[in-house]
Amino acid sequence: MKKIALSKLNELFAAIAKDTELHLPVNFKGETVFKKWTEGDNYAKDSLKTVKSPKDLFFPQNENISNFRKEGNKFIIDPVELPKSGIVVFGVRGCDEQSFRVLDNVFLAEPVDTFYEARRKNSVIITAACTKPSESCFCKTFGIDPTDPAGDVTTWIVDDNMFFAVKTEKGEAFLAKYADIFTEAEEDDTYRVENVKYLANQIFAKLPLADLTTEGWGGDKTDEKFDDPKWQDLSTACLGCGTCTFVCPTCQCYDIRDYNTGNQIQRSRCWDSCMYKDFTMCAHGTARPTQKERYRQRFMHKLVYYPANNDGMFSCVGCGRCVDKCPVQTNIVKVIKAFGGDKK
Amino acid sequence: MQEITGLMVKRAKELLEAGEVQRVIGWTTGDFCYDVTPAVFTKAEDLEEGKFVYNSFCGSNLSKYLIQTLRNDINAVNTAKAMAARKGENPDDIPGPGKTLVFLKPCDTYSFNQLLTEHRIDKSLVYVIGVACRGMADIEKIKLMGASGITKVIDAGDKLEVKTIYGDKSFDKKDVLLEKCACCKGKEHKYADEVIDPEPLPEGEGKGPMDRMAGVTMLEEMTAEERYAFWNDQLSRCIKCYACRNACPACTCMKCVFDNPRSGVDSKANVTEFEEKMYHIIRAFHVAGRCTDCGECSRVCPQGIPLHLLNRKFIKDINEFYGDYQAGEAEGQRAPLVNFDAENDVEPSIVNEKGGN
Ligand code: SF4
Ligand code: SF4
Ligand code: SF4
Ligand code: SF4
Ligand code: SF4
Repeated sequence: MKKIALSKLNELFAAIAKDTELHLPVNFKGETVFKKWTEGDNYAKDSLKTVKSPKDLFFPQNENISNFRKEGNKFIIDPVELPKSGIVVFGVRGCDEQSFRVLDNVFLAEPVDTFYEARRKNSVIITAACTKPSESCFCKTFGIDPTDPAGDVTTWIVDDNMFFAVKTEKGEAFLAKYADIFTEAEEDDTYRVENVKYLANQIFAKLPLADLTTEGWGGDKTDEKFDDPKWQDLSTACLGCGTCTFVCPTCQCYDIRDYNTGNQIQRSRCWDSCMYKDFTMCAHGTARPTQKERYRQRFMHKLVYYPANNDGMFSCVGCGRCVDKCPVQTNIVKVIKAFGGDKK
Repeated sequence: MQEITGLMVKRAKELLEAGEVQRVIGWTTGDFCYDVTPAVFTKAEDLEEGKFVYNSFCGSNLSKYLIQTLRNDINAVNTAKAMAARKGENPDDIPGPGKTLVFLKPCDTYSFNQLLTEHRIDKSLVYVIGVACRGMADIEKIKLMGASGITKVIDAGDKLEVKTIYGDKSFDKKDVLLEKCACCKGKEHKYADEVIDPEPLPEGEGKGPMDRMAGVTMLEEMTAEERYAFWNDQLSRCIKCYACRNACPACTCMKCVFDNPRSGVDSKANVTEFEEKMYHIIRAFHVAGRCTDCGECSRVCPQGIPLHLLNRKFIKDINEFYGDYQAGEAEGQRAPLVNFDAENDVEPSIVNEKGGN
């Protein structure tokens, strides 16, 4: 394990930022967001979840993917250059780290999404252990250890120091690069980190959603759950906005639109939401005519369809953002509970 | 709150059991007391206290839910009638949708009147119970003031006792009011078939502690550049989730221009700085003169963008140009912006005369 005084963090950030784009949670206009670090930004070490998840570092809300134009009789395609590869994302919580793997299963499977791949491939993920969860956190339900999250490097804060543990080869190479900024942790420190983890786990056991389980969900539950009358009641309040999908770190749907700029066609893709009326609209209309079907889609995708295609892995990571932000408080926890998933 | 909830449940049960209403639109809750969801109840036995709630987090405006609920019920009746006709039965034997009971806070009744004026709902299908309100709390403010790990919130008069896994906290309700409640227009119901208010306030009392137009005045005092920078900062954070539109009781178009590919302004993401503002400018104009200042747009925004400032600027201007006007004050009002008056209407040049303000 390596160690650095919290007061020296900005020195580390400056060193990283010299080589690679560095993104981390900072307080910005009254909220915490993942932001590209520049001189003067301070790491918001106490923040748990940013409003928007860090997914748009790899899968931006909007991006231009191709351009077309006509020259005389010729139709010319101007490919858009792939994004520059490799960034460092610092201060990622356990839930968001797992969300990257959820997205990888989708975008890196054949046919590979080259834009996502270019951003993701050489990136380094440095995670931050959680010690003070909020009531809406339920990452443990999805097999995440928030006190010792995965990633290339994992960090803990103990008093005035931050500790770094290597988890992957990429992480090893990364730490080696900045070796002179760190000092080696002592044996004592290992115990102190273990103690922080131990105390955090006791808090996690007290969380109101600690008993939430995914029992009854999984890839084989389509027939059982699809026509359940509960979907009607659960979706009554849903406004059909995109809040839950846009704050969610694992929602992955996008739409592709062409814009006529006057002298060319710009093809863009942007996040879409299954909660929207015009989601997957086709010539015959929509396959999900009322909010009930749209609402069901979001949760069945997370808890049934995705696991069916990904060896049982769920595509919710329990970050609780949709629990915090749904304007009418109808969320995935209420869905899981309505189907009986509230006791371990 | 406990007392009034009991009275509400009792009345709703009576009306359901007597068959005077077929369904009740109210609120229910989940794990944390503050996670209140609008809900439709159709059986008296579902209306138990605990399941039906009325607490300091019932900020959501139920008038908007009437549109969809009534539409669904009418559709169901029409389908049943068509089926009957096909089977050779008399469609007139199929009973109508019956009435829907809705609980409305004072501010929600303005929206209700506005919906009546715009013929969005049929009042013969609705039974309105006005419920007393002493201000709703903003859970975001409570969290910002340091409460995390919340397991329960207890309404204790002017205080909110917040139980958390890190220890208990107490808040003065007046410090954590929703923006709309801090600027409350008054505690009088503008429409109701009956009112439940165990301890009515003396007449004229009940306005929020804050000046509703203070924020607008602050913006007007800025230079155009400062104002532009202010909105640029705010609107650049918009994630285009459309929660503000979908919650708004004035946004009732069957197909909104922003969902219509043929409108030329539809979009799902803000691509340029211009688009960040376009949606908000268009929506503000569409609801100008119709917005009752119910505050839902600002309440629901996940990014905390002060959308009320846009709407209140319109309200302030309308008041200044045409005399005081409050949308939703009564059913059937002639709103100044749709009322041609050659003598008194302002000319577009007013914008220049006021220096772009
Ligand atoms: S679940 Fe909530 S956040 Fe999601 S679309 Fe429905 S109202 Fe919006
Ligand atoms: S569904 Fe909700 S809790 Fe699950 S990952 Fe998405 S935002 Fe987080
Ligand atoms: S614009 Fe906002 S304040 Fe006005 S009616 Fe709509 S939701 Fe209410
Ligand atoms: S923004 Fe305009 S078009 Fe869209 S719903 Fe509101 S009033 Fe209708
Ligand atoms: S609710 Fe907020 S973030 Fe969502 S579209 Fe409206 S202003 Fe933008």
